[in-house]
Amino acid sequence: MKFADFVCFEALVPELKAGDRDSAIAELVSLLDKAGKLGKGSCREVTRAVIKREEEASTGIGRGVAVPHIKHDAVKDVVAAVGLISSGIDFSSLDKQPVYSIILLISPADDPDKHLQVMESIFKHLQNEMFRRFLRQCQTSEQIEDLLMEADENPYL
Amino acid sequence: MQVGQNSLEKVVREVAVEIKNTDGLHMRPAMQFVDIANQFDCDITVSNDENSVDGKSIMQMSMLAATCGTKLKIKAEGANAQEALDALRELVEEKHFDEPTPKRKKEL
Repeated sequence: MKFADFVCFEALVPELKAGDRDSAIAELVSLLDKAGKLGKGSCREVTRAVIKREEEASTGIGRGVAVPHIKHDAVKDVVAAVGLISSGIDFSSLDKQPVYSIILLISPADDPDKHLQVMESIFKHLQNEMFRRFLRQCQTSEQIEDLLMEADENPYL
Repeated sequence: MQVGQNSLEKVVREVAVEIKNTDGLHMRPAMQFVDIANQFDCDITVSNDENSVDGKSIMQMSMLAATCGTKLKIKAEGANAQEALDALRELVEEKHFDEPTPKRKKEL
């Protein structure tokens, strides 16, 4: 699976306004909502569900990245948003370090296999130090989009 | 100083497991796996048909995309290799990560 298959390009934020985890999540979910990716009226419910999931176990998997995600009926297909925050925020990460890059993912409730395939695509790149560095350096939405497209073409990025 | 320890021969053990829970090896199960793997000193490698990854890394484990029914090979090398495999096999196949397994489709 490629980024282009599930990332919502209207929801790429080079500098989140948020100063903490929950507002970062809310900001990204509302962008997905504005882009028409969520079922009508489900924005707040989705935000709450993502935060609840985060409370159960942090998706801050270390190295400055977090992948908050849920399965939810508000979406028909997997959709992702990307947000960066240059000052870093606390995500209760496994390595206790701040998070600078967030990939937020909403998967349909009834397709666990697709969720796994998308996670695979995301982690394939996230575990690459160069990709993490490039992502963090992006200054505009266009640069994020270009990086994701480039990653789609280059499995080693 | 320890004497008489033969550390030259590294114990290598391997086991095949199948993912039983409906949702497969998503992040929470992967974290449970990594948590247990990290309780042991031995190296732990997990492979599907395509990739071999470090069983102690959550990022790498998430790359396996192991769906329900997927067969994985777990290899442990070093101290307490067998104990590590026993614990991991139990987690995957018996506890199936404390998650539901698919309902049987139909009974004849």
